[in-house]
Amino acid sequence: MTQAIEIRNVEKRFGNVGIIHDLNLSVAQGERHAVIGPNGAGKSTTFNLISGHIAPTSGEIRLNGDLISGLRPFEINRRGLSRSFQVTNVFARMTVWENVRCAVLWATGQRYAFWKNVDDLPEVRQRTAEILDDIHLLHRRDVPAGLLTYAEQRELEIGITIAGGASVIMLDEPTAGMSRAETERAVALIRRLTEGRTLVIVEHDMSVVFGLADRISVLVYGHIIASGTPEEIRNNPKVKEAYLGEEGH
Amino acid sequence: MSDTATSARDLPVPARGQSLRFYGIWVIAAIVLIVLPLLFSSGSSLTSFSLIGIAIIFALSYNILLGQTGLLSFGHAVYYGLGGFAAIHVMNAVTAYDWPIPLPFIPLVGGLGGLCFAAVIGWVMTKRAGTVFAMISLGIGELVASSSLILRSVFGGESGITTDRTALPHMFGWSFGPQIQVYYLIAAWVMISAIAMYALTRTPLGRISNAVRDNPERVEFIGYDPHVVRYLASCFAGLFAGVAGGLTAINFEIANSAYLGAVQSGLVLFATFIGGTSYFFGPILGAILVTYLQLGLTNLTTVWQLYFGIIFIGIVMFAPGGIAGLLMMHRPLVRSGTLGMVIPSYLLALVPTLVLVCGVILGIETIAHYTESQGQGNVIALFGIPFDATAASTWIIAAVMIVGGYAVARITWRRIVDAWDRATTDARDRGHLA
Ligand SMILES: Nc1ncnc2c1ncn2[C@@H]1O[C@H](COP(=O)(O)OP(=O)(O)OP(=O)(O)O)[C@@H](O)[C@H]1O
Ligand SMILES: [Mg+2]
Repeated sequence: MTQAIEIRNVEKRFGNVGIIHDLNLSVAQGERHAVIGPNGAGKSTTFNLISGHIAPTSGEIRLNGDLISGLRPFEINRRGLSRSFQVTNVFARMTVWENVRCAVLWATGQRYAFWKNVDDLPEVRQRTAEILDDIHLLHRRDVPAGLLTYAEQRELEIGITIAGGASVIMLDEPTAGMSRAETERAVALIRRLTEGRTLVIVEHDMSVVFGLADRISVLVYGHIIASGTPEEIRNNPKVKEAYLGEEGH
Repeated sequence: MSDTATSARDLPVPARGQSLRFYGIWVIAAIVLIVLPLLFSSGSSLTSFSLIGIAIIFALSYNILLGQTGLLSFGHAVYYGLGGFAAIHVMNAVTAYDWPIPLPFIPLVGGLGGLCFAAVIGWVMTKRAGTVFAMISLGIGELVASSSLILRSVFGGESGITTDRTALPHMFGWSFGPQIQVYYLIAAWVMISAIAMYALTRTPLGRISNAVRDNPERVEFIGYDPHVVRYLASCFAGLFAGVAGGLTAINFEIANSAYLGAVQSGLVLFATFIGGTSYFFGPILGAILVTYLQLGLTNLTTVWQLYFGIIFIGIVMFAPGGIAGLLMMHRPLVRSGTLGMVIPSYLLALVPTLVLVCGVILGIETIAHYTESQGQGNVIALFGIPFDATAASTWIIAAVMIVGGYAVARITWRRIVDAWDRATTDARDRGHLA
């Protein structure tokens, strides 16, 4: 079976500064893959490269075997990859309902239709309601997204990401800034919503990472120093030295 | 935590009462348009109503860009003007070649004119949003306006191109000679255009336009190309601006380069912003107010543009949501029944604020009069009271009204803020505010 995501020899420079170099990573279909690494290691940049937010300087990225490096984000999204953002990135003046509904539109084939009443599309309505139910925001449906609490905005961020039904979901620090209880709730949510899909997640909370992930990659200074099962990563001396070791102290 | 009382399946079908109210508003609007000329039948009111109707379509079309898609255009009159010229040329061709196109369909020709230009120029224009779009729209506006003076055969130079609307095939036995018939033609197109533009906001494209306005970056990650969205939005804006231009051509039986110019582009921005861009009906209010002021003020004062400027700055600074925003602010208070808590403070503030405004007007008029027309009589009549622009007493009265009015008004404005605080707290306690 082809890998869901396959990154080969990717390099990214901003001007003269090399942020990502010799990046190789593969994520199997249906796998839950966590990317960990210290601040500034290039985790979000890796997400930006895969999702088409920025183009790699060299190297290639494949989604389900198709070359996607160099494509625009919406083209990649239409091929079944959806991502969330580390800093909440929603449609602030629109209601929670409309935020999620917009994310459902393309996936249900509405395209740029200007001859259909958006309230009259049963499939769109039903999927939107289901997603809102899933992320526990149904009771807040008419509130502008900008007025939600922080934790609610993070949940909406996840909702928008999964709404299109993409087969590959990428979440960039979905639980950052959440309390213990909120984190647990969010992790349960992520586990349930990404059932049967491929998940790539950036996360700093090690209990979340080791609880959720099938495989883990460790990114340090723009390079993956190790990739393997949680057990392998826990026992990897290079990782201990470069990353986990610091936390152990 | 999740609300079990409301099942996910059957949720948001609009309630029956809501849709009744929704159709009710359109029916009322239609009745108002029909009845207006019966109540005010003088020639000048018919002319005003006709212009207001056209301004409503134009402002609504502008809001497809500004309010719905977040595109600030400084050249919207290009579509309006080209629509007007398309209409004029087709009207003359209909007359010359005896085509069977009756006058009521001519605005559609204007619309197609606007649409075609938007379709051609829009792709490049909408590549980027923000400042880039604003600057390109300004450039295109200047470009078209200046070419209109050069291409005499198409635009008729300074004098423009004229037509005779009564020479077209008649419909329902109407010649469209009398202004009342033109008014009803405009009114019909106002209804058609407003309903169509409202419907547009409720389509997938309309909603994605809002998303592009709020956050074009994120739109790319839910499968949409913001460039295409902006392009389609500008095509629709061009279409309806063209309809407005076509109606203007019918109304005045002339199209000239002023239709395309920066002044016209500025006016529509002005009307839309003053009315409020966040609500569909905002630009309608703005178009009514600005057209009315424009017609009224030009007769009353030579410095009417100055007042426009002051109003505009005031709205930008104190009510960025425009008139519609100000009105809709009160909705939660009405719902929670706490509106009564703020009304007294409004009434209290009314008197000193009016004094302040009158003082400012007196000051402006005195200065304008003093500098402009020293030779010809110094008496100006304001609010029915004669003032001598050279008399020191006039200047002192103005100064006292401004300073005194402001001092007192400030106190009453603060009371409004306090009253608002109490009212919103109460409204929140009663669960009517998020
Ligand atoms: N557009 C850009 N231009 C220049 N440098 C950039 C750009 N984007 C990111 N960087 C740099 O790349 C490095 C990696 O950033 P990135 O956001 O990918 O880190 P991260 O691993 O996600 O960190 P964090 O855990 O703090 O989110 C940082 O040093 C950052 O300053
Ligand atoms: Mg990051």
